[in-house]
Amino acid sequence: MSTSIQEEKLAEKLQTVLADKIVNSQIQYGELTIRIHARDILSVSKLLRDESEFSFDTLIDVCGIDYSTYGENLAAKHGLGDKRFGVIYHLLSVSFNHRLRIRVLADNNDYPVVDSVTEIWPAANWFEREAFDLYGIVFDGHPDLRRLLTDYGFIGNPFRKDFPLTGYIEMRYDENQKRVIYQPVTIEPREITPHVIREEYYGDLES
Amino acid sequence: MAEIRNYTMNFGPQHPAAHGVLRLVLELDGEVVRRADPHIGLLHRATEKLAENKTYLQSVPYMDRLDYVSMMVNEHAYVMAIEKLLNVEVPLRAQYIRVMFDEITRILNHLLWIGAHALDVGAMTMFLYAFREREDLMDCYEAVSGARMHAAYYRPGGVYRDLPDTMPQYQSSKIHNEKQTRLRNTNREGSLLDFIEDFTNRFPNYVDEYETLLTDNRIWKQRLVDIGVVSPERAKALGFTGPMLRGSGVEWDLRKKQPYEVYDRMDFDIPVGVNGDCYDRYLVRMEEFRQSNRIIKQCVEWLRHNPGPVITDNHKVAPPSRVDMKQNMEEMIHHFKLFTEGFHVPAGETYAAVEHPKGEFGIYLVSNGANKPYRLKIRAPGFAHLASLDEMSKGHMIADVVAIIGTQDIVFGEIDR
Repeated sequence: MSTSIQEEKLAEKLQTVLADKIVNSQIQYGELTIRIHARDILSVSKLLRDESEFSFDTLIDVCGIDYSTYGENLAAKHGLGDKRFGVIYHLLSVSFNHRLRIRVLADNNDYPVVDSVTEIWPAANWFEREAFDLYGIVFDGHPDLRRLLTDYGFIGNPFRKDFPLTGYIEMRYDENQKRVIYQPVTIEPREITPHVIREEYYGDLES
Repeated sequence: MAEIRNYTMNFGPQHPAAHGVLRLVLELDGEVVRRADPHIGLLHRATEKLAENKTYLQSVPYMDRLDYVSMMVNEHAYVMAIEKLLNVEVPLRAQYIRVMFDEITRILNHLLWIGAHALDVGAMTMFLYAFREREDLMDCYEAVSGARMHAAYYRPGGVYRDLPDTMPQYQSSKIHNEKQTRLRNTNREGSLLDFIEDFTNRFPNYVDEYETLLTDNRIWKQRLVDIGVVSPERAKALGFTGPMLRGSGVEWDLRKKQPYEVYDRMDFDIPVGVNGDCYDRYLVRMEEFRQSNRIIKQCVEWLRHNPGPVITDNHKVAPPSRVDMKQNMEEMIHHFKLFTEGFHVPAGETYAAVEHPKGEFGIYLVSNGANKPYRLKIRAPGFAHLASLDEMSKGHMIADVVAIIGTQDIVFGEIDR
């Protein structure tokens, strides 16, 4: 496990190189997270990959996130403002053995757009397609932005918080028509275990 | 002169070599692949969305069903992420048990891979051999968790229970008479650890058997050497991890580089390839069989001499024992709250990664302090590998696509999630 001393050094270096581009940075559980503006993602990524003191040669993961029900306190703590969609990049440097998490927030909630990093890390291709499919985040400059995981002809972005778990349509075999048909869902949405947030330091876990 | 044009061909999703439900749209020029467009998502179950609507504990069995040939390692990444956020200490014995079962799982996974890969390329025998050994390891799973595959054995804070003292035994039937049954039960007389130790003593010979069949086999080499070559730089750019990256000659293994649990106490080596072709990746995985076997031996040795708890005694996270629960009011409440409301995870975000048999399997967990995850992202190694199928198969013959799918060790449970 990489120590947080290593992370602090990395954070300092990033601060000197990217000073004006980093909105905020934090180290939590020995993991360094920086938040940058959506417009800077391409230039920052290129620098992080090519600069020899960072050389983040592997893009481990790109994922979308919908902050709409994150909770006001947390949104304020992370300085999310009223922005709803975020994209999280996980980078790994195989040569230096360090990791970095980058958080980017899309400026427009109705039509979230973030620049694509496929030019910098080809691995981003499918990860961005997935985020586009599940969250409707558009990656500008992506060579082939199609749906990836959902059904052919699917409508909607299933991982958004306002999309019901049961979905809107269901599929079944119809005995009379002798074919598979689509129809509106017949099961009712239900919640077996309620979603509960307790007071802070529940069970003295952090103290 | 007839006009020559490219053919577009559909491959799968119900093809035996598609390893599940891969649908490939191949653009062919004669027999040469010009473009391969994998269509995935036919097994998409929205595991991440389901997890957002379940308590943390209820999602553990979902992890088994991601990569359904390396069940416990998936659970491992998930429980590690939760433990990081909760900041709970895992007992040392539980860490050893986890490492041992991670390696058993690695062997299980690689056995299925070698069986299916060889079968795709045309060697039927390997499949039968591999499943013979898988049976023994499945019995270990069964002995420890009650389920042969979907174990749900790792729990936040440790493992579900300690290793059993007895192994399930065969019973005589019409096919096996009493004498044969007694013979088959000879290595099942003792505890689970005895059985595993017996397996680790037998296993190197089995690997030798596989290598006799394949390593110098002319057909095997003709089908694998110089197929799907990936340079080290390209492998990193494409997000390769695990044997796919090591096959290209990059010495990278999370068990060594960012050790978790007790891997830093284990003595083992990382095999790396040279050429980055299918054959090197095959050799890397074959050596991993032997290295995993070494690790299991070390764990068995330690576990024999060091009894102790296997799950944390923090009953806000792990359930109390049945006896305590029945006799103590506070424990009763703990038990009730744990299985109705579930435990609450402090707000925060973390990424926990393990060296999965296929590569880096990571869980990015965002919590807002509730009893359910706010966002759970599963980073599946196979996802990045399959994304590169187009690049790896371009310019190869159509039969080589099957060899490349085999070498990537594709399992759709984790790719489609």
